Amino acid sequence: MEKVLTRNIEPGKAPTDLAAYEANGGYQGLRKAMSGMSPLDCREVVSESNLRGRGGAGFPTGMKWSFVPMGDKCTPGHKYLVCNADEMEPGAFKDRLLMEYDPHQLIEGMILSAYCIDADLSYIFIRGEYVVAIERLREALKECYAKGYLGDNILGSGFKLDMYVHPSAGRYICGEETALINALEGKRANPRAKPPFPQVSGLWGRPTIVNNVETLCNIPHIIDRGADWFKSLGVGEDAGTKMFGVSGRVKNPGCWELPMGTPIREIIENYAGGMQDGLKLRGFLPGGGSTDFLTQDHLDLAMDYNVIGKAGSRMGTGTMIILDDQTCPVGMVLNLIRFFAHESCGFCTPCRDGLPWTRQVLEDIEQGRGKTEDLDTLEYQINYIGAMGNTHCALAPGAMEPLQSALKYFRDDFERHISGGCCPYHSRKGA
Amino acid sequence: MSNAKMIQSDISSVLTLQEMAEIDHELEHIPYKSGAAIDALKIVQDGRGWVSDESLQAIAKYLDMSAEELEGVATFYNLIYRRPVGEKVILFCDSVSCWISGCDSIKQTISDTLGVDYGETTEDNRYTLLPVPCLGACDRAPVMMVGDDLVTHLDDHKISEIFTSSKLGGQS
Repeated sequence: MEKVLTRNIEPGKAPTDLAAYEANGGYQGLRKAMSGMSPLDCREVVSESNLRGRGGAGFPTGMKWSFVPMGDKCTPGHKYLVCNADEMEPGAFKDRLLMEYDPHQLIEGMILSAYCIDADLSYIFIRGEYVVAIERLREALKECYAKGYLGDNILGSGFKLDMYVHPSAGRYICGEETALINALEGKRANPRAKPPFPQVSGLWGRPTIVNNVETLCNIPHIIDRGADWFKSLGVGEDAGTKMFGVSGRVKNPGCWELPMGTPIREIIENYAGGMQDGLKLRGFLPGGGSTDFLTQDHLDLAMDYNVIGKAGSRMGTGTMIILDDQTCPVGMVLNLIRFFAHESCGFCTPCRDGLPWTRQVLEDIEQGRGKTEDLDTLEYQINYIGAMGNTHCALAPGAMEPLQSALKYFRDDFERHISGGCCPYHSRKGA
Repeated sequence: MSNAKMIQSDISSVLTLQEMAEIDHELEHIPYKSGAAIDALKIVQDGRGWVSDESLQAIAKYLDMSAEELEGVATFYNLIYRRPVGEKVILFCDSVSCWISGCDSIKQTISDTLGVDYGETTEDNRYTLLPVPCLGACDRAPVMMVGDDLVTHLDDHKISEIFTSSKLGGQS
């Protein structure tokens, strides 16, 4: 398979600086766009490519951009392009790799995306713990200004763009795009009500696009090589390649760029090397902590947005977390719910009070104090908190996804905790 | 002395010239002063390790915000410290992939070795132990950060190596 996003990334190889990036075709997409393509031309290529957002929701990128008012339809003032580099989804570790080892690919993608929506200011909103990525991106930005890829007159085209790295002060909810915008404005990161959508009224009330790191990294290649080439990369119904990851107790946990539509079994068995000796696969979260469990019955499904959706889960970030047969499913879900309860922004009651309540019920079950009616309580919480519309944003419904599917696939485990009055997987301390 | 001057002198007795210059630099691309609230908190914390009540009030005045509003921002974020921390903060990942890989027992080892639980600072003031949401290094679980260093593939041996020797940095 042709490597696209990781063509400059090899284990043990030094991170890519400007010279190395350019030597391997870097900034060709930008040069192509600046010498004769209009923003609309570029946007059309991206729309035709069928690129879908790689942050988790899978919204078509070209369509997202199409809502930004252009030309005379936009009131005078700034427009913003923001990179969501706040990778905090439990089990997600793909954007770190792209930023640490090939920072220029992201920057070129951002310059082109900003051009598509006619933005003049751009921010990389990155979690503060990504110290190495922050340093390498800042270094790369300096190289870009010196070379004329950023600034007042990019490659003599008249296009003007400034770019800043903005380290976050840390909160999971900043990954929600309107919460991220509030954080950029120096406020508490509570999500905003929509509409208005950020494309029309985002940062400082101005048109704003927020895209994930991996999404933006695809843009230079799409502009440079075209929509048909990009579509041909997928082996299933979706276009392009994707960073897929596997963590948990497999032989070779890691992150690999593979064609969209690669079968799950191939990723887990060929790339992650299968389960560690003595362990069996019990289930997995296909795309991070807020996606529904799938089981071995789903191993032959293709990693495509709609295929995973039809199976009752979500592609999410594409980074899978494996549950093995010696790890307690109740304990795993408790760990996730504890995370989401802690990271609730506190704005709406079902999330702020509902998630700690769910956590409490799960703690009781895990620690052997559970009662049979606790399962009804969990079902009630799933139906109430999990229903879109009862909460202000998708955090709490996302938190309910692993819980509802665990109750579906591993219900006997919950029941054994209750009937036995203890966790049957007691080997794990403090679980 | 006019009120404005008095406020100015209050601020400059707390914030250093360099801190104010760095905040001003952020303000160059931010349309409203309060928009630099998080940046300003981080700038002050970078130099002082944490944000004291006195610092918070000075920053609020400098940005024309109420101290209460800024406090709401400061306490919202995991990486703004409103209490003193040790020389290095240990950000211990206790999210799902690290949990599957046995982080609970590693955390116990750290607590036993250093004599601190979450939110506490060692007696010699070298380390503060805090939990952190998934550090995005799940393929190398269990992981933690010690200061700016990511430490991966944690086990009891590694923990004792790190915290019983005085050197730290670079290992993973």
